[in-house]
Amino acid sequence: MGVALKGANVRGKGVMLGLPLCAFVLALVLGGSAGATVNRAAAGGTLVFAGAADPTYLDPALVSDGESFRVTEQIFEGLVQIRPGTTSIRPALATRWTTGRDGKSYTFFLRKRVKFQDGTKFNAKAACWNFNRWYNFTGPFQDASATYYYQAIFGGFHHNESNSLSPALFRSCTAAGQYKIVVRLTRRNGPFLPAMSLSAFAMQSPTAIQKYGGNQGELRSGTFYPTGSYAFSHPTGTGPFRLQSWTVGQRIVLVRNTSYWGKKAKLDRVIIQPISNNEARLQALKSGAINGYDLVAPQDIGSIRGDQKLKTLDRPPFNVAYVTINQAHAPFDKLAVRQAVAYGLDRASVVRSFYFGRAVVAKEFLPPQIFGWTNKVPKYPYNPTKAKQLLQSAGLTLPVKVDFWYPTGVSRPYMPNPALNFQAFSDSLEKSGFKVVPHTAPWRPDYVKDVNQGTAGDLNLIGWTGDYGDPDNFVGVFFGNYSAQFGFHNNAIFNILKRGQEEVNFKKRIALYKKANVMIMKYLPAVPYAHSKPALAFQRSVKGYVPNPTGTDFFFPVYFGGQ
Amino acid sequence: MLRYFVRRLLLLIPILIGVSILIFFWVRALPGSPAESLLGERATPQLVEHYRHLYGFDRPIYVQYWKYVQTLLHGDLGVSVADHRHVATEIRDRFPATVELAMAAMLFAMVVGVPLGFFAAKRYGGAFDQGSLVISLIGISVPIFVLAVLLKWVFSIHWHLLPSVGRIDIRSTAEHPTNFYILDAIITRDWSTLWDVIKHLVLPAIALGSIPLAVVMRITRASVLDVQNEDYVRTARAKGLKPSVVDRRHVMRNALLPVTTIIGLQAGLLLSGAVLTETVFAWPGMGSWLRDAIFNRDYPVLQGGILFLALVFVIVNLIVDLSYALINPRIRYS
Repeated sequence: MGVALKGANVRGKGVMLGLPLCAFVLALVLGGSAGATVNRAAAGGTLVFAGAADPTYLDPALVSDGESFRVTEQIFEGLVQIRPGTTSIRPALATRWTTGRDGKSYTFFLRKRVKFQDGTKFNAKAACWNFNRWYNFTGPFQDASATYYYQAIFGGFHHNESNSLSPALFRSCTAAGQYKIVVRLTRRNGPFLPAMSLSAFAMQSPTAIQKYGGNQGELRSGTFYPTGSYAFSHPTGTGPFRLQSWTVGQRIVLVRNTSYWGKKAKLDRVIIQPISNNEARLQALKSGAINGYDLVAPQDIGSIRGDQKLKTLDRPPFNVAYVTINQAHAPFDKLAVRQAVAYGLDRASVVRSFYFGRAVVAKEFLPPQIFGWTNKVPKYPYNPTKAKQLLQSAGLTLPVKVDFWYPTGVSRPYMPNPALNFQAFSDSLEKSGFKVVPHTAPWRPDYVKDVNQGTAGDLNLIGWTGDYGDPDNFVGVFFGNYSAQFGFHNNAIFNILKRGQEEVNFKKRIALYKKANVMIMKYLPAVPYAHSKPALAFQRSVKGYVPNPTGTDFFFPVYFGGQ
Repeated sequence: MLRYFVRRLLLLIPILIGVSILIFFWVRALPGSPAESLLGERATPQLVEHYRHLYGFDRPIYVQYWKYVQTLLHGDLGVSVADHRHVATEIRDRFPATVELAMAAMLFAMVVGVPLGFFAAKRYGGAFDQGSLVISLIGISVPIFVLAVLLKWVFSIHWHLLPSVGRIDIRSTAEHPTNFYILDAIITRDWSTLWDVIKHLVLPAIALGSIPLAVVMRITRASVLDVQNEDYVRTARAKGLKPSVVDRRHVMRNALLPVTTIIGLQAGLLLSGAVLTETVFAWPGMGSWLRDAIFNRDYPVLQGGILFLALVFVIVNLIVDLSYALINPRIRYS
């Protein structure tokens, strides 16, 4: 390629380019610190908060992911909402409610003088319009990718278009006056009221939905997609913040709703930025680019606590890690053998060693935050001697062989490092008269499928994170019916969980679930061992943030309060 | 020239067909499916089966491919399984961010690499040359994400000189009609935003440009060493031309030809490096988007996104080939 060129006339800038670079660096130094800085104003100000991803879109009835709910929770409110930091419910757009004698109807008394952010009135007509909207969804809206939570709570629709949909729980909603509605159900259902606190059942402005095509959508390659602009640009609720702008992949800007019916938000603005990488979120906080973030990696907590300008907040535990025992495999159908497993698992040392102080030892499947939790369940402290005795009493020769599975390539909030948990449990079981045969499978796609199909050995490590604050969402999901995962039939347990699901009297429900928890821990279909506390990280100047167990928090009480 | 250009354009068709087949089968070779990724613990066999049916994954693979090609020919790249957004819209929104980053990285590599390579050659065997060799080796061997994290710790967290994430100050209200932020700031004559955008670009560009920098430096050095001993250079010197003029007019212009080739080849490297850089800097471009798509097994995003990048790669190389003629009039295409 080396050729002579006549009239060559290249400008000889190459050698001089060092100068602009030096000038640039100098300008940076003189220009002071990087663009985004921490806002220290006591009142008002802008909170920049990082989540892990962008929301899907902002119609809460049509999404099911935490990042979307993080935003919709600020814009919308339901008839009831969770009391901050707990899973119990408190009045929101309904000031009070009563349950009908048959347990199938609920009367909600609505808050007066509430307006949607588009200026239209929130009243009985608007509330029933929302219930009827969900119930009358058709076509693509009946797909699980659109209405996951509606289907989880209400089953099916007015006209089910698929055989896989169950009959609808909802029967009707009638306005009994301007600020009173009666919601009738087709059957008694205890989880109905707690579930109404889910953002998926928030009240939305009928006018805005109609104006901006909120009821338009289609299935594209099997995935629901809203085709109107409502869910992207005009989500309209009654909440303390309203959407100002959404730059996809970059930020969502929420501004204070100045006509909010209740105590107004202290912040002027909340900016939510998606940062998918753990390390990037941590560095953004340390550099002052953001004021706080969710989903702190357990290994980063030490580094955050070591920084005087930062702090961590614990989310109350809302999950459970447990060891499945598959009773379809002998000898685990024998209670004594299951008890031996429970005594043979050194749960306290696993929680102490591998959760960075971020978990409590689980006494039962329900996290302590949820009603129905009781301290009166049988406890199984680590006791290898007792485990061996139990195995011998069952007529078995020691050591008893056990196929024990754990997943690879995964870290879950309730199980940061499955291999470490497995190793510790395996050691303690071997000391307790078992001979452990280890098996691993990648979390995707094999492990969870094998666990659910009951083909993941005699014992396996798995867990669950709740959707809403109801015991049915934990023990009801696991033990309400026969499942191949656990391989047992126990009508007493199935029945009491069914009664718990159908009971609408709150006190009776608590009693039923307490009793169910005792029965379950006596029967030992599995051994729960940890409830972990996910962490959030903030600048110290951020005050008033209360993490909710369910993972969606309120920004309206947050303010900046100096160091 | 025109015939050459048309032939190269026509060659795009078999290349893109080949790439689309490769990508289609590659994403399906990944273990798991979107259903398992999205459902997690809730992935009961029934639900997984339901989703497989819904997405059409239960049909024969050639049927799936044919359906994919049909929708592709209609200009439809599909909808993301994870966030339900149109792949084409997402590419439109994100591609400018990646282009801006890649160009900044390439600019960095050129602006620093060419002079360094030139001086290394001029001081062949000296301390500067040896030093540049070490620097280029480090540039090539340190992984991008390590360099990126280090740069952030030093310049963002320790010295607070440069921002650590994003393309622009998160509180900025600047308008972005083209989504090329530098261009937008210039069009709207918003100089403070321009400064802010440049500051956000510096660290990601250095991280992403580190490997091309090393390559450009080595090629320039070798090329200058080669050219400066040519007869015509000696003749130019013998004519009594000033050394700086000889260097500028005769050495550099010729030495830069191979560097131009490198730009085209490095375009592919920049696009793949962008996956790591964008993830570490929360840069809202194609790279971080594709990385998330791999974790979610988001087939439509992977297929559409990678096909698009392949197209860009081929076109960039075509442009580079054509630009030879501009730099070197003796090169003719037939």
